[in-house]
Amino acid sequence: MSVETTDATTATATTPSRPPASLGREALRRLVRNPMAVVGMVLIGVFVLVAIFAPLIAPYSPTDNSWLDQVRPGQYPGPSAEHWLGIDPLGRDVFSRIIFGARQSLLIGVVALALGAIAGIALGVLAGAFGGWVDTLVMRFVDIMLSVPGLLFAIAVAAMLGQSLTSVMIAIAVVNVPIFARLLRGEMLGQRGADYVLAARSLGISRSAIVFRHVLPNSFTPVIVQGTLTLALAIVEAAGLAFLGLSSSNPSTPEWGRMLTDAQETLTSAPMLAVYPGLAIVLAALGFTLVGESLREALDPKFRR
Amino acid sequence: MLRFIVRRLALLVPILLGLSVLLFAWVRALPGGPAYALLGERATPEAIAAIESQLGLDRPLWEQYLQFLGRAVRLDFGASIQTGQPVTEEMLRRFPATIELALAALLIAVAVGIPLGYLAARRYGTWIDNLAVTGSLLGVTIPIFFLAYMLKYVFAVELGWLPTAGRADPRARADHPTGFYVLDGIVTGNLDASWDAIQHLILPALALSSIPLAVIVRITRASVLNVVNEDYVRTAEAKGLLPGTITRRHVLKNAMLPVTTVIGLQLGVLLAGAVLTEKVFAFSGVGQFMADGLVQRDFPTIQGFILVIAIVYVVINMIVDLVYGLLDPRVRVS
Amino acid sequence: MSLLEVRDLSVTFTRSGSEPVHAVDGVSFDVAAGQSVGIVGESGSGKSVTSLAVMGLLPSRGVRVGGTVMLDGNELTDMDQRALRDVRGRDVAMIFQDPMTSLNPVVTIGRQLTEVLIRHAGLAKGAAKAEAEQLLRRVGIPDPVRRLGEYPHQLSGGMRQRVMIAIAIACRPKLLIADEPTTALDVTIQAQILDLLRTLVAESGCGMIMITHDLGVVAGLCDDVHVMYSGRIVESAGTKDLFARPSHPYTDGLLQSIPRIDDEDPDAVLHTIPGSARDTVAWERGCAFQPRCSRAVAECLAGPPAMAELGTPLVPHPVRCLRPVGDDVVLHEGNVAR
Repeated sequence: MSVETTDATTATATTPSRPPASLGREALRRLVRNPMAVVGMVLIGVFVLVAIFAPLIAPYSPTDNSWLDQVRPGQYPGPSAEHWLGIDPLGRDVFSRIIFGARQSLLIGVVALALGAIAGIALGVLAGAFGGWVDTLVMRFVDIMLSVPGLLFAIAVAAMLGQSLTSVMIAIAVVNVPIFARLLRGEMLGQRGADYVLAARSLGISRSAIVFRHVLPNSFTPVIVQGTLTLALAIVEAAGLAFLGLSSSNPSTPEWGRMLTDAQETLTSAPMLAVYPGLAIVLAALGFTLVGESLREALDPKFRR
Repeated sequence: MLRFIVRRLALLVPILLGLSVLLFAWVRALPGGPAYALLGERATPEAIAAIESQLGLDRPLWEQYLQFLGRAVRLDFGASIQTGQPVTEEMLRRFPATIELALAALLIAVAVGIPLGYLAARRYGTWIDNLAVTGSLLGVTIPIFFLAYMLKYVFAVELGWLPTAGRADPRARADHPTGFYVLDGIVTGNLDASWDAIQHLILPALALSSIPLAVIVRITRASVLNVVNEDYVRTAEAKGLLPGTITRRHVLKNAMLPVTTVIGLQLGVLLAGAVLTEKVFAFSGVGQFMADGLVQRDFPTIQGFILVIAIVYVVINMIVDLVYGLLDPRVRVS
Repeated sequence: MSLLEVRDLSVTFTRSGSEPVHAVDGVSFDVAAGQSVGIVGESGSGKSVTSLAVMGLLPSRGVRVGGTVMLDGNELTDMDQRALRDVRGRDVAMIFQDPMTSLNPVVTIGRQLTEVLIRHAGLAKGAAKAEAEQLLRRVGIPDPVRRLGEYPHQLSGGMRQRVMIAIAIACRPKLLIADEPTTALDVTIQAQILDLLRTLVAESGCGMIMITHDLGVVAGLCDDVHVMYSGRIVESAGTKDLFARPSHPYTDGLLQSIPRIDDEDPDAVLHTIPGSARDTVAWERGCAFQPRCSRAVAECLAGPPAMAELGTPLVPHPVRCLRPVGDDVVLHEGNVAR
């Protein structure tokens, strides 16, 4: 018996120190035990379901203004059996608009994240895999982009592209490019010196094979964490851009940021018109933030106590 | 130390040059081109032609860029479309308000954030920790202007404790030699004016402080959690040092290092966030001017604002690096 | 009466939702003034937890400490934190494993040395600085005045450990605890640090506990040795006696795994202890070393093995084993240290 045990010990000691396979499952276990993560996942679940099934959930069309006759200046009908959240100054059902707004927010978040992450990851991999002057060039570019505060950067890009939802998505995506690029490059540099990469190199495995089969997959956990947080930020930033008049110029678009902005006009007479879309933004963004932060903590070996 | 500063300054040059190229490209990519952007609604074909030759848009690109750069170095961004006055003058007049607001917000964020983050770390896992963590997560997810609305509605409209908008009571008479209203009151011996200015500052500063506050709480908490588990803190305990000494000399001195970096970064975020906050509270700083400029497509203003904020941001980061060097002996030497 | 008397010390880590872990269980030993005692074991054997328990440095949450620790007639386990703070650094001092992480990176060497003098010896700043200079000189640091103004990263690893030692001996403690003080250092430096410790103990007449996994360290330094395994002491003896007559199979395995240059057979295979410390049995059920033991028999799993006395009343040599080595054959006479 003793001989086998010794062999097993030796084998473990010489295997390249790649994170054990149980890491993901262990992280997942800690994630579902964390109440913050569970609340976050529920929020995300509700948000996504509402976005997908908006036409089934919403009692009316978000652009239907048939209740304009019930509205007097400075007097907007509050919650009732027919209109759960009341009627807005343009005679539309607030609840239906909030429900359909989830679609816009989810769309903005996902598109902005996808565009930004893909471009950023490509840049980061380029810099991390090639190193040398490619790395220097890419990182200089990233430094320049990061020298403007994110919100301001998004404002500049959105202003350049003109008022539309597309320009908001692109603006937020652009802001995220340097963040993902830096993250990926850092991960790759960190792992380039990792024992398992050195071991793979000493076995004569080609550089591209190491990058794509070993380094990249191992870099994905921080990308997932950053991606979740980016979704949250995108939803909040989109609202900010809408507030500055940079979102869709069409006032009938049911978009939370836009609704929140319009509510400023009636803040003193109908503050709830601001509260509903504001709360929707906060809850959706909070869902992604909770999950992202819990994920980060679950994956961080420091918190493994 | 001097060499360190010179080297950091040298690093700024490529970043600022790169930024100027980006901004140059941005102006050219504006809808209708730079001439239209400059003229706005006054753009007639003749005016556009006149401006284009005046701007030298018919000359080679690199020559145009050099010209742009020359003007940018002199902070000459042309006239604001909103007021017809030079953008630089308009911004200079409004900058004190924004700086005052940003500093007030930073003061709140630091004064509340660091103690709260420290307390959360020392009471790890208790209700106070959970409250701090949840609050800081809310802080980054709540849109600044939504928070601003709510503060305005509750404390100004409903309760009437604080003014709803502006920088000072329009009925009050006060001189403004510096443009920093709180300071002006003190300088001119008009303390009522200072108090009035502070009252006008509270709500916008609170709204603006939400993100930096949240970030500082989280960084402080994480940093303190890291440091209290360090070997040298155990050494300090093994020496039998008093808890106060351990906290000050061994925990905080190390834990504050990452916090200083983050505080510096937050100043840039504050200046950008001022665009939203100032708009809600009609707080007449550069942020509101910029927000109005966006609606009126005042591109010279937007361009100037972005460049100035970027410079401020980059310089602040350099100062933060220097301060970090002063605080951390390991950086100082290498 | 000894300087330090540890009786039936136990440390249990309790975490909500998981079984309590007995990191240290029923550990007793003495340290006399001027005496060096080695505690030997691999990581996880409870040797470091024992030292932290003596220092009162274990966290209060999630840890249960039992038994007694008497230092110079004072009961340490009953003391509150305030009283313990007066004892730590003054009567007991500790040297940690990694001098890089155990010194504060942003505080000068001088500060880290004088603060303990100011705290316990009541010295003023100037006097503390002069004393610090003397201390650095005593631990063999050249140019001490310059070093006082430097930061830990400006010193080499060996120098840093000398600083740690200077801090530990600053207030002339009665007991010095060294927890693997040479593990993080280069081999060439290790001997210098051990020499320094030996000299300091001889000069000051304090007692010392040397925590180590390396029997070589113990051989040249300690008077008595306690071998720990899985939270309990499995063998205690005078150093010479232990090396001459290792009786617990674990001790024997440790000694045999030290390569010897004078081995008659040049092709001899180096001995290893099979398995790892994770292959264990709860002491309540039997001998924790049983899964790795080549001498194990069925009775080894019939309840906790008691200490068997193999020595004499004057030269005790207790062993926690039913089938101690040397019971049947006499082996390893060549293993006597130096």
